[in-house]
Amino acid sequence: MTHLNTWLRAAAMTGALAASVGVAEAKTQITWWHAMEGELGGKLEEIVKKYNASQDQYEVVPTYKGTYPETMTAAIAAFRAGQQPDIVQVFEVGTGTMMAAKGAIYPVYQLMQDAGANFDPKGFLSAVVGYYTDADGNMLSMPFNSSTPILYYNKDVFKKAGLDPEQPPKTWGDVEAFSKTIMDSGAAKCGFTTGWISWVQLENFSAWHNQPIGTEQNGIGGMDARLTVNGPVQVKHWENLKKWQESGLFQYGGPVGGPDAPPKFYSQTCAMYMNSSASRASVMNNAKDFKVGFGMLPYYDDVEGAPQNSIIGGATLWVLQGKPKDDYKGVADFFAFLSSPEIQAEWHQFSGYLPITRAAYELGQTQGYYEKNPGSDVGIKQITLHEPTENSKGLRFGNYVQVRDVIDQEFQALLSGQKTAQQALDSVVSRGNALIEQFQQANE
Amino acid sequence: MVENRPWLNALSHLVLITGVVVVAFPVYLAVIASTRGPNDFYSGLVPLLPGPHALENYSAMFGAGLSTSGAPPLGLMMTNSLIMALSIALGKIAISILSAFAIVYFRFRFRLVAFWIIFITLMLPVEVRILPTFKVVADLGMLNSYAGLSIPLIASATATFLFRQFFLTVPDELMEAARVDGAGPMKFFRDILLPLSRTNIAALFVILFIYGWNQYLWPLMITTDTGYYTVVMGIKRLVAVADAIPQWNYVMAAVVLAMLPPVVVVVAMQRLFVRGLVETEK
Amino acid sequence: MQTKRTVFGNCVLPYLLLLPQLAVTMVFFIWPAGQAVWQSFLQQDPFGLRTSFVWFRNYERLFHDPNYLNALGVTVVFSISVAVLSLGLGLILAVAVDRLVKTRLYSALIVWPYAVAPAVGGVLWWFMANPTIGVVPYLLRLVGYDWNHALSPTDAMIFVVVASSWKQISYNFLFFVAGLQAIPGSLREAAAIDGAGPVKRFFTITVPLLSPTSFFLLVVNTVYALFDTFPVIDATTKGNPQQSTTTLVYKVYQDGFIALDLGSSAAQSVILMLIVVLLTVVQFRWVERRVQY
Repeated sequence: MTHLNTWLRAAAMTGALAASVGVAEAKTQITWWHAMEGELGGKLEEIVKKYNASQDQYEVVPTYKGTYPETMTAAIAAFRAGQQPDIVQVFEVGTGTMMAAKGAIYPVYQLMQDAGANFDPKGFLSAVVGYYTDADGNMLSMPFNSSTPILYYNKDVFKKAGLDPEQPPKTWGDVEAFSKTIMDSGAAKCGFTTGWISWVQLENFSAWHNQPIGTEQNGIGGMDARLTVNGPVQVKHWENLKKWQESGLFQYGGPVGGPDAPPKFYSQTCAMYMNSSASRASVMNNAKDFKVGFGMLPYYDDVEGAPQNSIIGGATLWVLQGKPKDDYKGVADFFAFLSSPEIQAEWHQFSGYLPITRAAYELGQTQGYYEKNPGSDVGIKQITLHEPTENSKGLRFGNYVQVRDVIDQEFQALLSGQKTAQQALDSVVSRGNALIEQFQQANE
Repeated sequence: MVENRPWLNALSHLVLITGVVVVAFPVYLAVIASTRGPNDFYSGLVPLLPGPHALENYSAMFGAGLSTSGAPPLGLMMTNSLIMALSIALGKIAISILSAFAIVYFRFRFRLVAFWIIFITLMLPVEVRILPTFKVVADLGMLNSYAGLSIPLIASATATFLFRQFFLTVPDELMEAARVDGAGPMKFFRDILLPLSRTNIAALFVILFIYGWNQYLWPLMITTDTGYYTVVMGIKRLVAVADAIPQWNYVMAAVVLAMLPPVVVVVAMQRLFVRGLVETEK
Repeated sequence: MQTKRTVFGNCVLPYLLLLPQLAVTMVFFIWPAGQAVWQSFLQQDPFGLRTSFVWFRNYERLFHDPNYLNALGVTVVFSISVAVLSLGLGLILAVAVDRLVKTRLYSALIVWPYAVAPAVGGVLWWFMANPTIGVVPYLLRLVGYDWNHALSPTDAMIFVVVASSWKQISYNFLFFVAGLQAIPGSLREAAAIDGAGPVKRFFTITVPLLSPTSFFLLVVNTVYALFDTFPVIDATTKGNPQQSTTTLVYKVYQDGFIALDLGSSAAQSVILMLIVVLLTVVQFRWVERRVQY
């Protein structure tokens, strides 16, 4: 009997051994195409390595596919040829396109449900997730790197101009007054500059003042939504920008992301600068000869409901259809790992992107991270200032890359004096809506 | 030298020096940038004089280098770029010299059709027709392969066109003489046409090698395996995301390193730019 | 079409010689291009999930789009400027090198910029022309010109033309040198003995004998300016301000590659193809008559 027992045990062990070897060989591979360059790309791969070491069922394989548009086009080309990855990172303006592709994407809320993963949508910061949910509040993609614009200012110039260096401007009235003081005192040549005219001075500006960007909850409610950014508050702001540009208070930083804006701030030409909260590390590194202060975006104090909350930009992870079931289980498992407080806090603190869960923010607080790194929580405070309204959840329109282009063009027409603010914004609305309508036709 | 005219020679030197200063200035900027610290670029005029960080930047590139951003080691990327550049340069020269020979030295049915089919490919870069081209390559199972990297880029008519232009200038007497000697077309091609084309082949090789070496978007599209990374893809990874400012000192050090193989090719090929080939053959 | 007075007679060989190039062209060019033509009649979402046949609507839309008509005009100005500037400078430098004996260092330095990857070349020019930190605006300010390509369409156009011509100067230089070296020295010597001065020799001997090379470069540079310049535009002005530097191919790139509007970008590609076919035919039919082989 004992003899047989030993024999059986040996057999069972061999079997188990064979089985475990089999599992090791058949690790399910999850492909992830991303657009993270530089050190962020390195950090991303580090996180993936951590995940791969943490379990032995799945192996996530990250592949860098170029800039955001390049990554998205590569994924679409691959999908059309049946070679798509499981996960692809898509920038926020691609959201409309991805969302409309019903048969091509696997909504994250559904994926997590199907896989029975441990996942609580309520733990996420609503200002981050709200941008990527459908009208019923279901999460369609997994936020990965999000940021929001904040105000940076040059403390040394403030001091030289006789201003309180610990006091950033609160309202646009302050911005104007401070800029004048700075220029009159000769402390700097210009008051302020800004990156992203479209994102900062129109989209976020609208949300921050609780003004609608478009109908249907800024497009989140449906594809028949249209732009409405030519309201009196936006027109007044653009009028002011034009006026300030003429008197030199404001210098234009160029189209799209405003590539000429950072040098204006770093070289101390302009004393204040509005741009992404994720630029903080760059700002600190490049501001060699002066101290940097941080503040929330300015607002007009005569607008009711301002300041509301700012909205985000950045990229999220979309899951594509057409892969084997096992893959999706792995994706769900990996997403649960990615949204765990430790990983979130690590990524957020390294990269400067916003944390996506409350738990990650709280972890950072208990670690004392925000005290050690002043300014790193301005963005979080700004997006959580108030519970988002229909005007400040986010926005979602088709063909939005081109719409942003239109915004840049009309802003240039305003600055060069060819159009008034009202004409420029009216034109943004009419030309933008034509593009949005075209998208609606192609996708319905 | 036909004759000596000192003022003309002086003028030539002056033109060349001005030309070099203007044309090479951006390259000079890149070299300077590769010797500076990471934050020297945005706070004043762009640096015009070398800084003390050259050793640091270049050893960083050779050591951990591009791999800090998750890219494979520099050596592997250099090898891939080399394979790709050589395949494109040699492949393109081979197929185009043959087809130009056929078009110029033979008269056959559908010659005009063939001519136009080839010559409309002078246009439309890959970026503009990327979705259909990707599909073709995927259907042929050429994703993640050197063939997929190079063959689709060989489809262009510039080289064929250059050889055609050159062959048309080759005196007809050479061919008639060869025929009198009883040489067949391939013997004529090998013994006379090929040696005559040396200068043009050299110029083309330089251009095509660099073209292949600098490819970025196509390899990015059709590879998912980092084993096929090229050096320009590695450089692009250093040029950071929307929210951060790239470490230009590293980027430029990588740029300068990536420029070396093409420069070696240029210098080596210059030996073939010797006057008088045509005359000695005559 | 040009050909030789006498030709080889062989009925199989020419087809064999042409086979590799034709095969590659058919598979990787004509076939995808055909699909682009088909796509231009469709309205489709990027993933290819919903497709409807819309006849010429993509084209109609283009010709009602003021931006597109504007891009046509921009392309004409841009392409001619790039071709003239890069051919002119390339020729001047090549002639200078051809006169002298020890020129390897010059040639290497002039060809060098060609080795810079296009994506990086654009960035270098961006640095040079940046209104705050750039060298060029700094120098221009010294002579009293306030450079601002972010708002002035003229400055922006000059900027993209110079940045796009830059690499092409090296290219043209290289082939002009190759062409000049192929001109028999004996011809020039004979002319010199006949008493022709350097300027006269240049126009009576060099220019005609260089015409096959010049014709090649003219065609290649036109194609370059039309098609291969969008990475430079993307890295410098992104087509701004107000579309004043948006060329046709940059628009295809933006609409198709960045914004994924496939129907419209396919229609634009087809129009581009037609333009080039037309240009190529014109160049081969009319310009080539003046070329001396």
